[in-house]
Amino acid sequence: MHPSDRKYSKTHEWVKIEGKEGRVGISHHAQDHLGDIVFVELPEIGKQVKKGEQLCVVESVKAVADCYAPVSGKVVKVNDKLVDKPELLNQDPHGEAWIAVVEVADPGETTDLLDGAAYDKFCEEESGH
Amino acid sequence: MDYIPHTDRDRRRMMDAIGVKSIDELFADIPEQVKFKRRLEIPEGMSELEVYNLLYGLSKKNANLNDVVCFLGAGAYDHYVPATVDHVTSRSELYTAYTPYQPEISQAVLQIIYEYQTAICELTGMDVANASHYDGATATAEAGIISCMHTGRKKIAVSAGVHPEYRATLKAYAHGYGADVVEVPCAGGVTDAKNLAAAAAGAACVIVQNPNFLGCIEDVVAAEKAAHAEGALYAVVVDPISLGVLKPPGEYGADMAVGEGQALGNPISFGGPYLGIFAVKEALVRRIPGRVIGMTTDNRGQRGFVMTLQTREQHIRREKATSNICSNEALCAVAALVYMSTMGKQGIKEVGELCLDKAHYAAARLEATGKYPLAFKAPFFKEFAVRCPVDPEKIVSELCKDGILAGYPLGRAYPELKDCLLMAVTEKRTREQIDRLVARMEGLK
Repeated sequence: MHPSDRKYSKTHEWVKIEGKEGRVGISHHAQDHLGDIVFVELPEIGKQVKKGEQLCVVESVKAVADCYAPVSGKVVKVNDKLVDKPELLNQDPHGEAWIAVVEVADPGETTDLLDGAAYDKFCEEESGH
Repeated sequence: MDYIPHTDRDRRRMMDAIGVKSIDELFADIPEQVKFKRRLEIPEGMSELEVYNLLYGLSKKNANLNDVVCFLGAGAYDHYVPATVDHVTSRSELYTAYTPYQPEISQAVLQIIYEYQTAICELTGMDVANASHYDGATATAEAGIISCMHTGRKKIAVSAGVHPEYRATLKAYAHGYGADVVEVPCAGGVTDAKNLAAAAAGAACVIVQNPNFLGCIEDVVAAEKAAHAEGALYAVVVDPISLGVLKPPGEYGADMAVGEGQALGNPISFGGPYLGIFAVKEALVRRIPGRVIGMTTDNRGQRGFVMTLQTREQHIRREKATSNICSNEALCAVAALVYMSTMGKQGIKEVGELCLDKAHYAAARLEATGKYPLAFKAPFFKEFAVRCPVDPEKIVSELCKDGILAGYPLGRAYPELKDCLLMAVTEKRTREQIDRLVARMEGLK
């Protein structure tokens, strides 16, 4: 079950709106499918990202995945802990292992993202259950 | 013996199956006037002995380094290859092995590559090496490209003292990548320091060769400062044999060490196959092109060797791969490893010292003739250039008649140095050979 305090993209990123900022990470479902995560290439602070464009790269022992920005805006903070401990993404994807904080350019962009329940359903359908 | 596999009966059956009566009918669509209607003008068949004699006769037309005395270097060097190298590399399980894509059945090959990587890291003072590249030129070019990827910049500063063919390869790669290559001229045989500092501004990397193509030893520490002051990476093209006597790039702050590994146990062999050395500092580990072998333990705690960091490779992410080179020079790398382990640390140092001493003896003897002054004042290792009172091309062709390869006329790559001859002296050259060369050159008019 994915927490309901945030929104999810169909590409498996989450964004938690905190005032004017959006904290971004990857979902539990995503980390579960990637397997053991061994490397995260964080975005640079100050980088402007557009919704749906590449935000960072997450690498597991078996795959490399691009993570896309769920909202547009400027990257104002990145989670340096992931540089030395990328496995945090497996352990606590919705908490300690957030990836970046984005200054949200357009709050309206979150309306077409999924809430926790809808995302659970989406994951189930995608997995073919 | 007839090598054509189809019998008349086979052909008949195939034609029956598709419903044609003759070969002519099968090719009816081809206009008559373009059909070849003569016998092929090739000689009759020969016996095995006749073929052997013919080919042996043809091969005698090539100068062979067992028969001629070689002072020619310019990127490929006539070093001694210990007998162990051929013995090990001739084992069929090694020389028939293609790229080890089945790690579970190629543990020995993977372990050898792992050991090769380790030896290259020890020699260059770097943290990680790949399983090898095609040759020194491609390794140099890749160093330029990964610098661009790493820094997000699109300019590569390269010294004119880097091998001309490596620079040409670098330019070809950079063209495809959309990066500019800026050449820094040499002054007095070494990279011009002022120009280098200017070229480093905004560059992804600075590439110098040490010893450089002209044989001179560069101020590698100054180049390091120039590169890093501008936020550029620093790549050094090395002659691995020189590292027996010169400081390795890892000790003076290079981010990348690349170079031609032919000198490590591989024959000159008319130009290849050769071995590209590619080693970097830890920070660039995810930018390395090509294969990297790692050591691990399996689920029973046993040591095993695996291909690692593959996610940066083309078969995982083609569009984002550092390089689309996928084959390394496995057998040449095996030869290099056997060479390095046979010689050992002390042996490589001794080879380096012999090269250094003999090259300096040859240079001194040539200078003493009063006709062949050294072209540059900079210190040199095993290769040096002399100014010649006669056309260097003539020296080369004249001495060739006596079975001596005198060197490389620098005018071929550097028009401003057309009176200079670049000469290499390896540990294989004897005093008698050097004296003969000097006497022969002294007598030329």
